[in-house]
Amino acid sequence: MISQRRIERRPQSRSLLDTAILWRATLDSFVKLDPRVQMRNPVMFVVEVGAAAVTGFFFRDIFTPGHGSAGFDFAIAAWLWFTVVFANFAEAMAEGRGKAQAEFMRRTKTETTARRVVDGKEEVVSAAALRRGDVVRVNAGELVPGDGDVIEGAASVDESAITGESAPVIRAAGGDRSAVTGGTRVLSDSILIRITSNPGETFLDRMIALVEGAQRQKTPNEIALAILLAGLTIIFVIAVATLAPFSIYAGAHQSVTVLIALLVCLIPTTIGGLLSAIGIAGMDRVMQRNVLAASGRAVEAAGDVDTLLLDKTGTITLGNRQASEFVAAPGVTVEELSLAAYLSSLPDETPEGQSIVTLAQTSISGEVAIPAGSTFVPFSAYTRMSGLDLAGGGAIRKGAPDAVRAWVRERGGEDSGELSKDVERIARSGGTPLLLARDGRVLAAIHLKDILKPNTKERFDRLRAMGIRTVMITGDNPLTANAIAREAGVDDFLAEATPETKMALIKREQVSGRLVAMTGDGTNDAPALAQADVGVAMNSGTQAAKEAANMIDLDSDPTKLIEIVEIGKQLLMTRGALTTFSIANDVAKYFAILPAMFVIAYPAMDVLNVMRLNPHSAILSAVIFNALIIVALIPLALKGVAYRPRGADAVLRDNVLVYGVGGIILPFIGIKMIDMLLAAFHLT
Amino acid sequence: MKKHLVTAALFTVFSVIALGIVYPLVMTGISMLVFPAQANGSLVTANGKVVGSRIIGQQWTKPQYFHGRLSAAGKGYDPTSTGGTNLAPTSKKLIDATKAAVVALKKENPDARGPVPMDLVTSSASGIDPDISVEAAYYQVPRIAKARGLSSAAVYTLVDHHVQGRTLGFLGEPRVNVLELNLSLDAARS
Amino acid sequence: MNTYGWVQAAVFFGLVALLAKPVGLYMSGVFQGERTFLAPVFGPIERGFYRLCRIDPDVEMSWVEYVMAVLAFGVVGLIYLYVLLRTQAWLPFNPQHFPNLSADNAWNASVSFLTNTNWQFYSGESTMSYFTQMAGLAWHNFVSAATGIAVAIAVVRGIARTDKKTLGNFWVDLTRATLYVLVPISLVGALVLVWQGVPQNFHAYHDVASLEGFKQSITGGPMASQEIIKELGTNGGGFVNANSASPNENPTPLSNLIEMLAIFLIGAGLTYTYGRMVRDQRQGWALFAAMSVLFVGGFAASYAAEAAGNPLVHQLAVAGGNLEGKEQRFGVAASALFATVTTDTSCGAVNAMHDSFMPLGGLVPLANMQLGEIVFGGVGTGLYGMIVFVVLTVFIAGLMVGRTPEYLGKKIERREMQLAILAALVLPVLALIPSAVSVLLKAGTATLGNNGAHGFSEILYMFASTTENNGSAFAGIGGNLYLNLVTGAVMLLGRYGFLIPIMALAGSLAGKKSVPETLGTFKTHSPIFVFLLLGVIVIVGLLTFVPADALGPIVEQLQLQQGKVF
Repeated sequence: MISQRRIERRPQSRSLLDTAILWRATLDSFVKLDPRVQMRNPVMFVVEVGAAAVTGFFFRDIFTPGHGSAGFDFAIAAWLWFTVVFANFAEAMAEGRGKAQAEFMRRTKTETTARRVVDGKEEVVSAAALRRGDVVRVNAGELVPGDGDVIEGAASVDESAITGESAPVIRAAGGDRSAVTGGTRVLSDSILIRITSNPGETFLDRMIALVEGAQRQKTPNEIALAILLAGLTIIFVIAVATLAPFSIYAGAHQSVTVLIALLVCLIPTTIGGLLSAIGIAGMDRVMQRNVLAASGRAVEAAGDVDTLLLDKTGTITLGNRQASEFVAAPGVTVEELSLAAYLSSLPDETPEGQSIVTLAQTSISGEVAIPAGSTFVPFSAYTRMSGLDLAGGGAIRKGAPDAVRAWVRERGGEDSGELSKDVERIARSGGTPLLLARDGRVLAAIHLKDILKPNTKERFDRLRAMGIRTVMITGDNPLTANAIAREAGVDDFLAEATPETKMALIKREQVSGRLVAMTGDGTNDAPALAQADVGVAMNSGTQAAKEAANMIDLDSDPTKLIEIVEIGKQLLMTRGALTTFSIANDVAKYFAILPAMFVIAYPAMDVLNVMRLNPHSAILSAVIFNALIIVALIPLALKGVAYRPRGADAVLRDNVLVYGVGGIILPFIGIKMIDMLLAAFHLT
Repeated sequence: MKKHLVTAALFTVFSVIALGIVYPLVMTGISMLVFPAQANGSLVTANGKVVGSRIIGQQWTKPQYFHGRLSAAGKGYDPTSTGGTNLAPTSKKLIDATKAAVVALKKENPDARGPVPMDLVTSSASGIDPDISVEAAYYQVPRIAKARGLSSAAVYTLVDHHVQGRTLGFLGEPRVNVLELNLSLDAARS
Repeated sequence: MNTYGWVQAAVFFGLVALLAKPVGLYMSGVFQGERTFLAPVFGPIERGFYRLCRIDPDVEMSWVEYVMAVLAFGVVGLIYLYVLLRTQAWLPFNPQHFPNLSADNAWNASVSFLTNTNWQFYSGESTMSYFTQMAGLAWHNFVSAATGIAVAIAVVRGIARTDKKTLGNFWVDLTRATLYVLVPISLVGALVLVWQGVPQNFHAYHDVASLEGFKQSITGGPMASQEIIKELGTNGGGFVNANSASPNENPTPLSNLIEMLAIFLIGAGLTYTYGRMVRDQRQGWALFAAMSVLFVGGFAASYAAEAAGNPLVHQLAVAGGNLEGKEQRFGVAASALFATVTTDTSCGAVNAMHDSFMPLGGLVPLANMQLGEIVFGGVGTGLYGMIVFVVLTVFIAGLMVGRTPEYLGKKIERREMQLAILAALVLPVLALIPSAVSVLLKAGTATLGNNGAHGFSEILYMFASTTENNGSAFAGIGGNLYLNLVTGAVMLLGRYGFLIPIMALAGSLAGKKSVPETLGTFKTHSPIFVFLLLGVIVIVGLLTFVPADALGPIVEQLQLQQGKVF
């Protein structure tokens, strides 16, 4: 079950042609014919009203013959209904994947019980009865009944129900790894949890509501586009409605069916019909990447981001630094310093310590063990050193250069400032310099190197091409930060960062009009996450961070932000491309319909019939094209237009060519082909 | 709003005085000093009498004078009722009128050579067009010569003398001012 | 078509392009309160004028206040002219003793001049006293043009300003537009026109007998002073009925060139002023480029149609281009050029009768108006009309590059779209709906000058012209009570119905923060943007009118080729 779930969540894991989704979407497209649903989309509402009217004319033709052609009215009515159904189908398809996912999660939710701890006693209650502030105990093998923070103990937790990631994670009281999510399972140990959300407001609830689209609100950009589409619709309604008296005056009276057909072909049904599908599919693509967005607005904002704040550790560099070099002080042999380094680091379990051991081993011959009775002195933020107090009275220290020098002086040693040039060189190159000393004598400088994640430079180049500035956030000193920033290819850095300086940076960027995105996980990231226009919290982070953010990355992968930005851009591009396409289509439709309308009254109009359509089927052909193009573009609407990170002018040029110029040409071909098919099957 | 209305009223009063009264009066004064002939309407005198304006076309019917274009201004060349026929290119009335004009023109100019000039069978925009094309003038030369007993060559020379080419070599069309041409015809006789 | 025609157009447009920069630069100085070279002369007049009118030039206005001031000035100007027209018989400078106008004629004419339309259901030479012409109509020519410039400048400020609530002071902009821009050019231009032969006098009409004894009344009046501002302010209302076709108003090919230059001058200059004020000259040139393409296309189509001539006339063995309703001194080329220029802008002056143009030749001025007169446009109105299209284009283009659309650093969001759409709706609503009503009414079709499709074109043209405050006409159509009232209302709504949303848009943009430009921002001065802008203008602007035009000029052209007459 777990592994299957994981597969389900992977991008494109469910084909667009998944039969269950298809079947359900087909049903939904008819349910959505409800005018109350259509009313929300003015373009498609106009089509539906038109379809209803022409259907009325069809029945009138049957019962009181002599008005119009029943066959023609039937064909137009049918294809107008199809137009609406196709648009509904697009939306239903977009919702389909989310709905399937929501159903699965809802199953996870049902019938959980909880052990509520009241005055030290446990009582079993339904999870639904838990309120914010309640404390519950969860033992190994039990489901976590609601969102909360671990307040006592530590446990390994299987979060696959939420994240799809089957490897268990450690959740422990205190620190940045204390948040647990309802619906996840404790695998070992027992923990006390303080519940942080009321029923119906939990993470799982929000997630279900989101994927189901129940809370889906139109985003600001969607509203602006809807206004444009509504405006165009009004313009074409006027153009077509006034055509009725104009044609009467011209002695070329037109049936209402023909006028409705013309209207539907002119109004932007392609984008109007696919608009909501594009939005839902965009959200869905974000979700496919295991990111939970609080709203579509957040995804859109991601596309607009100007400045990306990236934590150095985990995003730009691998989490741990590695020793790459020992620089011996004058008169110190390699063997001597290697031994000291080896001994002092052997008990040090940090990755940095282990890398020193590995490096030292290369210069040590034979087995060396720590003398019995020696004590390890762990690193502390106060001493900024770690080391070994040897049984025989000697001591070894390694750590921050100034701390080690002070220690040496304390021990009566002489500190003549040797190696200071090397220390500076290491810092300048982006490394972290440590000094190694033994008994009042500086032995060597250790070069700890930050290891860049692979492909960082390419990734930042890509962002730069999109016009996004990257700022590296690090606690390192400016010298080191500068070197890493240069190596990684980020545009700027914030060194010696504190939550306050980070916040100040965000505000400064925003004042100059830029949109800022950042990732974070700790509680002290929360204010900055809230301040940023796009804040992505790591799922592994604290509850406070998750609440402040407008997106949560279930994979806790800080580089995900880049993908989110691309999805946001792609979302807007798809809307723009289809809007352009939709409007450009009108040119061909005029050439199809207008000559057919007026050729009887004005035979001269035949000259304008450039597609040489059959005048009896031309209008129907245009209507059919108009309906089918919606179906044809559903995959594009759901997947989004092809996106390559490039400068805006290049993107604009290509899209104008493909969707603008292409949008003018394609319908000429499409309508002609449909017309030839109609003629071939004698359907005219 | 009330404050704006007061400002608007004051602005109107003072700007009407400045732009609506002072400006045209000043312009008239200067024009009368600098270009009195033009300012007064480019009037043309013959034998001490004003016989028209250089810039305003007139109705000509007698064979010994060059004729101008068709006019829709009042009963013809009425400067107090300027304008064209405003008939469409598909107007039956227009095509019939053009047809009639062609017939009449050919009848008046039996000796004319070359095709019928377009400007002689179409109405001008103002109805007081003072000019005709060079071809239109040439077209009428045989008739004039005959009516006046002059040699065609002499009349051609007179026409050529009155041809105004394109201004600066490219602006507008070459043309002949009918009134001036006719005045010089009369002058040539005497 | 011949080389002379093309050279004429090329030289004309070359001069426009050449003058755009100096004029635009000068205007940007005028409206940004800089001291211009005319300050020594006009500075004291300006300050005195403020004192007289109790204007505090340092007070800035919000968009609402600015609009209020525009409306207040409109109300006063409307009442003033209406009263003048109704009382001219008793006022001075009326040598022909013209009577007062009827109520509906006075309403139509006063709205017409207030709104910079100058639609004329009357003949100037037999209706308006000299006083009415100079103190009523010519005065409106100045101030309605200045109003348009002022509003355009306020709109540009809205785009250029960041985080501000105000757009300038209407009274100051109005005064400066009049005093520093319109008056100096008119002073010089009027004199040049007199030199070319335009009358400037206060004589009664001169009754003369021709050499043949033909009786004629030579008209006069303060024509030159009115003619120049009529073109410069893109007003277009003729002193006489035949307008700039009359040799009185436009006696020579040179005066014709000067008048056409006057029509384009300020509109072209404003594109430069625009670039200057938004601190990116390329933006101004981009608009200039888009406008140029539309100008060239319009002229080429119109010239080709007119030069080809009427096949029905050719059948009578008369060769040549279409000279019906054209003046010999201008010929086909200068007439087609003038028709293009006068409808690229909201001028509406004519040097040939558009009604007698070939169907496709007449479609050009009609389509120019249906696009919204955005090729340099009415002084001011053309620029802000173009800005509506720019906003729509930016929105679509912005989406296509994957960013919330922004123009010159200003995000185009919900409110901006609402206002831009509101403005964009004005033209189709006012140009089509009254046409549709009129074709169904007896009163609407009673005064048509032509039958068949062309009669319909006359109606279509009338409402496009009045909506867009152009004022040119397929002039076969005559006025009556119904048309006086309806076109009056259309002119008012066309002017203010567009002006108010665009000012609201400017107010909204002024209050926005500016977003810095990045690689992710597409450039609104690139050729591809200009191409897209043109696409949006043509497709959105024109497709609205294709069905109607198909039943007018388009079908008429097809019928003409088949030899049909009506």
